[in-house]
Amino acid sequence: MNEQKTVRFIVTRQDTADSAPYNEEFEIPYRPNMNVISALMEIRRNPVNKKGEKTTPITWDMNCLEEVCGACSMNINGKPRQSCTALVDQLEQPIRLAPMNTFPVTRDLQVDRSRMFDTLKRVKAWVPIDGTYDLGPGPRMPERKRQWAYELSKCMTCGVCLEACPNVNSKSDFIGAQPLSQVRLFNAHPTGAMNRDERLETIMSDGGLEGCGNSQNCVQSCPKGIPLTTSIAALNREATVHSFRRFFGSDHAVD
Amino acid sequence: MVADNREFFYRRLHSLLGVIPIGLFMTQHLVVNHFATQGEEEFNQAADFMANLPFVLILESLVIFLPLLFHAIYGLYIAFTAKNNIGTHGYFRNWMFMLQRVSGVVTLVFIAWHVWETRVQAAFGADVDFQMMENILNNPFMLVFYIVGVLSAIFHFSNGLWSFCVGWGIAVSPRSQQIVTYATLIVFVVLSIIGLRAIFAFV
Repeated sequence: MNEQKTVRFIVTRQDTADSAPYNEEFEIPYRPNMNVISALMEIRRNPVNKKGEKTTPITWDMNCLEEVCGACSMNINGKPRQSCTALVDQLEQPIRLAPMNTFPVTRDLQVDRSRMFDTLKRVKAWVPIDGTYDLGPGPRMPERKRQWAYELSKCMTCGVCLEACPNVNSKSDFIGAQPLSQVRLFNAHPTGAMNRDERLETIMSDGGLEGCGNSQNCVQSCPKGIPLTTSIAALNREATVHSFRRFFGSDHAVD
Repeated sequence: MVADNREFFYRRLHSLLGVIPIGLFMTQHLVVNHFATQGEEEFNQAADFMANLPFVLILESLVIFLPLLFHAIYGLYIAFTAKNNIGTHGYFRNWMFMLQRVSGVVTLVFIAWHVWETRVQAAFGADVDFQMMENILNNPFMLVFYIVGVLSAIFHFSNGLWSFCVGWGIAVSPRSQQIVTYATLIVFVVLSIIGLRAIFAFV
């Protein structure tokens, strides 16, 4: 009888938000072109660990399965990334899965990413167009600028940059690269730029821009290849100018 | 720090003080030390000149002690709020990030000892001269301590110069940051040669 090829997993599990994490090992039959999610589905179909004991199926988040929604991020062999594009054939075994600990763990590999959505609200990461009357069409954006801005707009709030950052942790209130790059995006938009100074003020407050220590892990880890550190450095320049204007007074607060 | 929105000011001040005046002072200090390579007489003359500058206490306080104290204390806070992760993210800049924090702490220990051994002793009446340094560096343990301390101070300054350029928005694009990396590498090598030559002049 041919020996069945298998895939080994070591999963960091946690039953509730407050309980202690533990490791559980799984060994499942190999299939060609497996990714981490299809393996997790296989375990869910038959939740038996390596020792042959019946266990609970692993909880994790997923949605689009094509690396555009950002939901399925987790630490895979120590590095944060999307589990949908983590191909088993390209991973060293045993494959270690762990939740992104920078975020509160809800259960197993599922984390609560709401802090990122909260900071997006804090930095006003939108283009305000509502008024009491029709404001009419906004200024046009040059096509080449649109193409550049499109790269920044690829952010899917997956949380990988926050997980990779040594300065985003429980000891610091640094908001991380993700919302900062969005400030750059919305400040670059012709209509969004009308609130440019407000966004700058927000990221110049505690936990903002200055939390960055330039380890540049974010730009190395971003699954969408967003130039996060360039965004941060560009915002540093804007913040420098803005701080002088704020100190000395200026009639160029917005433009 | 308390949530009073001073972080921006403190961080920028910390970054600025590291270069001006602390970095400039360190460079000047290393250059003056280099007189030791020309002999005892020349070194003592240069050291005397520096020690007898007019308003020396005010100069020392404003250019060295106060900036250094702020930079050190706030720097410790920065260093210990980081959660280093070079194990899983072994990228060049992450290494520099970690080494910047380690070298900062090492430099703080070194400078504390160095100030005690020289400037504080001078206040108690000791003569800070070639002889004094020769005696200190005669001890092989102190020699190693001084080499490590001086190199870590120079590394901290050079890499801090890079962070300064990025932090103030001088180097924004990846290419400009790369060029600044090479430039600060040259600063590190040149200052290290000056610093080490001075140390070995006493041995």
